[in-house]
Parts: sequence; C-alpha cells; structure tokens
Amino acid sequence: MEALLAAREIVITCGSGGVGKTTTAAAAAAMAAVHHGGKVLVLTVDPAKRLASALGIGGFGNQATRVPDAAFAAAGVAPRGELWAAMLDTRQSWDDLVRRHAPDRDTERRILENPLYQNIAGRFVQSHDYIAMERLYELHSEGTYDLIVVDTPPTRNALDFIEAPQRMAEFFRSRLLKMLIVPYRSRLVNMASRPFYQIADRILGSQFLQDIAEFFILFQTMYEGFVERATAVERLLQDKRTTFVVVSTLETAPVREAEFFIRVLHDKGFHLGGLILNKTLPTYLLDEVAGRRAAALVESAGDLAEGDLAAEVDAAPGVLERVLQEVGENFRNLLVVAQREAAERDDLAAIPEVVVTVEEFSSDIYDIAGLMRLGERIWS
Amino acid sequence: MGKTTVAASLALLAAKRGRRTLLCEVDAKGDVADLFETGPTKFAEREVQPGLWAMSMDTEASLRQYLALQLKLPLVARVGPLARMFDFVGSAAPGVKEIVTVGKLCWEVRERHYDCVVVDAAASGHIVSQLASPQAINSLVQVGLVRQQTGWMLDILSNPATTSVVVVTTPEEMPITETIELRERLAAETTVSLAAIVVNRVLPELFGRAEEAVFDALDAPRPVELLERELGGPAQPLLDAARLMVTMRRTRTSHLERLRDALGGAVPLLYVPFIFTRTHGLRSTRQVAEALSAELGY
Repeated sequence: MEALLAAREIVITCGSGGVGKTTTAAAAAAMAAVHHGGKVLVLTVDPAKRLASALGIGGFGNQATRVPDAAFAAAGVAPRGELWAAMLDTRQSWDDLVRRHAPDRDTERRILENPLYQNIAGRFVQSHDYIAMERLYELHSEGTYDLIVVDTPPTRNALDFIEAPQRMAEFFRSRLLKMLIVPYRSRLVNMASRPFYQIADRILGSQFLQDIAEFFILFQTMYEGFVERATAVERLLQDKRTTFVVVSTLETAPVREAEFFIRVLHDKGFHLGGLILNKTLPTYLLDEVAGRRAAALVESAGDLAEGDLAAEVDAAPGVLERVLQEVGENFRNLLVVAQREAAERDDLAAIPEVVVTVEEFSSDIYDIAGLMRLGERIWS
Repeated sequence: MGKTTVAASLALLAAKRGRRTLLCEVDAKGDVADLFETGPTKFAEREVQPGLWAMSMDTEASLRQYLALQLKLPLVARVGPLARMFDFVGSAAPGVKEIVTVGKLCWEVRERHYDCVVVDAAASGHIVSQLASPQAINSLVQVGLVRQQTGWMLDILSNPATTSVVVVTTPEEMPITETIELRERLAAETTVSLAAIVVNRVLPELFGRAEEAVFDALDAPRPVELLERELGGPAQPLLDAARLMVTMRRTRTSHLERLRDALGGAVPLLYVPFIFTRTHGLRSTRQVAEALSAELGY
C-alpha cells in the first residue's frame, strides 16, 4: 500500500457499510502525510458524519481543515507533511457549481430559487454522487494537494458515484429532456393535442411539469459546462493517477459487495490498487487440531476441575469446570468463524495484486494514534 | 449490520405466528434468496416459506403496476414511453423514484394483501429521503394524480399503529454513532415512528466475575502446563481465544452503554446474539428469528 500511495494522486476507497472504510481512508492519508510528506487531503462524501470522530476533530465542512500537528504529537509522531480533512457539503457544492456554470446573474438567481433545484441540492439522494465527483475534480485540479484520499458511500452508491458524471452528461443530451421542454419553450405546440403530455399532465399536474420544464430550460444554459466537466471528471477517474482500494471485512454480505465492486471496476477500466481485508480474526484460530483439543477440553472439563489444576488455580471445581467449558466452546465457535473467513478470503483475494489483511483491533480507533496503528498495518 | 438477516427473521417470525407476510428487499443484492435458500427474488412476490412471500423492488415494474391500476386510460401501449419519461424525470426530480418504491409498499398495506409487510430498506444514509419522499413530492407537486396519491401514503406512514421503523445496528463504534444520528433524523425529517432498535451480533459473555478471576489464574505458565499435559498439545491458543472474546465483548459493551444513554429508555432494544454457523442460510435465519422471538417475549 505504501508504494501505491506514493505513486498516485487520488485514492478512492470503496466497499460496503460498516467495514471500516472511512477509518481506513483516514489511516492511509495519515500515513502518507507522516511518511511521504506533502499535503494530503482526506475527503469524505458519506452522508453520515463519521470521519470527524475518526480524526478526532469536530465539525469540519466543505472547507478543508488541517489536522493540527499537536494531534500527531500526542500520538508520538512528527509528520513530514500535512494532513487535511474535508467533508462534502452537498448544498454548498451545488450552489458553487451553479454560480460557476450559469451564464448570467439572473439565470443563476432563478436556478437557485427554483423549487426543484432546492430539492435536488438538499434532499435528492443521487445528487450527492455527482457533486462528490465534481468536488474531487475541483480539489484535484486546484493542485493544492499531493494526494487526495476519498471515502465513498457504501458500494451500490459508490457505483453510482463513479457513474454519476456520465449519467449527468447523458441526462443533458437526452432526447426526452428536449421533448419535455418543447411545449413550454414554444407556445406553438398545443399541449392538449398531444396524448403524451396529457397523460403526463394527469399524473404530475401541469404546475409541476412547468416547474420541471423551467428548471431544465434554466439548467440547459449550463449544458456545455456540465457535459465538459462530466467528461473531464470521468477522464480523471480513469487516469493512471487515480486508483481504487476496495475495503471489506470477511463477512458474507460485504464480501459479495466487494466482489461486485471489483468486477465493475474491472469492466469499466478503472484501476484497482488493492484490497484491504479489515477486522479479520487472528490466524492462530484457524487450527483444526486445536479445535479438537478444545472439544476434548469441553469433554474433560469435569475431570480436570477435580484434579491438580483446581489446586493450582485455587478454584472451586464447579467454577473451574464452567471456565474450562467456556474456553473450549469459545475456541470452537471462533474456529467456525475463522474458517468461514478463510473461505471468503480465498474467494476474494484471488483477484487483486495487493491484498492487505488487518486483524480486529482490541480497542476502537478514535484518534491519530489509533489511525497510525491501523496505518502501520496497511502500509506494507 | 445484518439488516437483511434481521428483516428476513422478523418476516419469518411474523409468518410463523400466522400472519400473511410480505418481505421486500429494496436494494436487492440476492441476500434474501440465500437466507431462505431459494432462487432469486423478483418484483412478483413468491412464497418462500409457508405464509411468507418475498419480492425485490423494481421501480419501473412498480410504476407499470401503478399506471395499470390507477389510470383509467387505455394505457397498455403507452406505458413504455411513459415509464421512460418517468424514469427520466425520476433521475432528476427528487423523490420521484423513492415515491414509486414507498408507494408500492403502502399500496400493499392499504389493499390488505398482507397482514404484515417487512421492508429491508436502503442504507441509513438514504432511508430518511425515502421515507420523507411523500412530503417532498407534496411540496413540489400541487395537483394531479401523484399529488392525490401522497395523502394516503402519508396517512399509512405516519400512523404508528400501521408503520414503524426498526433500526438494525451492531455494538461497534460507528454503527452505534450512526444509529443515534439516524434516530434524530427520523424524528426531525420524517413522520414515521421508531418501534425498536435491534442490536445484532452481540458477543457472548464467557465469564461471570468469579469465573473471570479463575480464568486469569488459569492463564499462567504452571496451569497452562498442567492443561497441556491433559490435552496433549498447546493450550495457549485456547486461552488466547477466550481472552480475545472477553476483550471484544468489553469494547462492544461500552458502545451499547452509549446507545442506552442516548436513548434514555425511550426506544426498546432487542438483542440478537452473534451466530456461530458455518454459512448463512435458513438455519441461521431461524436462529435469529428465535432470538428475536425471545426478546419480544413471545
């Protein structure tokens, strides 16, 4: 992973929810800032505000915030470079986008005031995906950062995320868009004469259709800018400076999503830099012989608790018997999970070149020291 | 989080208790098929267990069904282009796709096709926009059929006797933090009530206090040697594994306490133990259903 981070300008982590994607992104960025130097940004686009807690800094927004050196000092490291963090503010980013692409002040104002726009920028789920890519492009082309590590929403959404620029371009080119706009743009078309509009009118109401049409007419003034931008964003994602890192645990559902994601990356010609298998069980559990020993321990717990052992640990036989049984059963339980994980690992690890396994931590990661501990594991 | 597993188990439990139940996977990934060891689910529901039907959401199919049922125009031939238009508007206009999903499910409830509809919904970041979509549509669309539709959907969604959300989480840092946030957002942005929080994959407590002291005494060179003599091989991995479990459980317990503090007893918590099985299938689905059944006091 060290070489990968040194060679790329954009690293995008993806994977299912709850696999530690955000923390991994932050850890990778922290390691790069500490060891490679330069300015490193970690950008989270996840609607849930997770990264702040992992970085130990509260409430950062669209503006990138520098993680203070003191936070690193507290973790006993002196970074060669700087670590910055930013979280995507969808609304703010959309407004910026409109301001940039709108042909004039009046159009800008009308777009910003259109009820559809306000909903798109505020609530609309997928607008997040497009704006995230847009923001990434913006940050990258500013050239402020040597490395940008991006944390994405869970898999299916992350897929939307990489396809968003293209979808946006397709949307503006669409013939349907023109069809929808024509009757409102030109009064020559008699709406009532067209069954298509009649039905649309019955379903959605003419006011809503008019809002939509107006919105799209206004938006079309930004067509050129959007399509150009969308194409540039997609080029950047496929560029060799960009790489994707898939993060997964070894549980069934996340593994299936990781497989899905790896397949899509491959099909679409994106670069898969590596696979991080997170929160795995230690390998010593994967031991059938020890499993049989554990079974024997459960069997003979009663006898053992009567013998020398009870005197040695100074325990009542009943208590000791229960402890021995629990120890035996627990090993057998964890062996089953470890075997399940091993099977998943074999399925998954066959694909990418770089595979990193990170064992479950005994404590949570809530500060730079924790991030550095995780970072050390993924580094080599 | 095991969201699909919990949804499947709740549905199984409802069916077992004699309720005609529909389980709908909104973001279908084929997990329901695995959990019931059956073929892939489709939009048309199929009985996967006695009294339990499963389907997966498909917004286009849902729209077709809606148009066929609601519009009294000879539409059959025109559904194609209309669906495309809807799809197109849906990719730009907020709430349109969501309303088709929510609408289908509310419709199943309104028509009383089932006694119980269990929805394996979108991930936590998106569920709020889905549940708030009728209001979003209401604020945008003033007249027309869609507008007429949102009223009764809101009635169904807002009635706690009919609809409520069950949040599934695991006792880990981020999932618990998100659960607390989600609860606040549900209350602030939707009209849907929160019935319970299911805490999934709760690790077993190996030892009580007396036992833990004995375990600590056991984890020393001399007792380990005695154990190894009995077992005829290394005993340390067995003790290490027990230590690992105790530590993992302890970390998770601290997050559970944080959740309990945040809820202040206002929302029931249901605990589902970690299931140590080789694969996920009908057997583990039943185990989770049994755990939920016990938690619900059935």
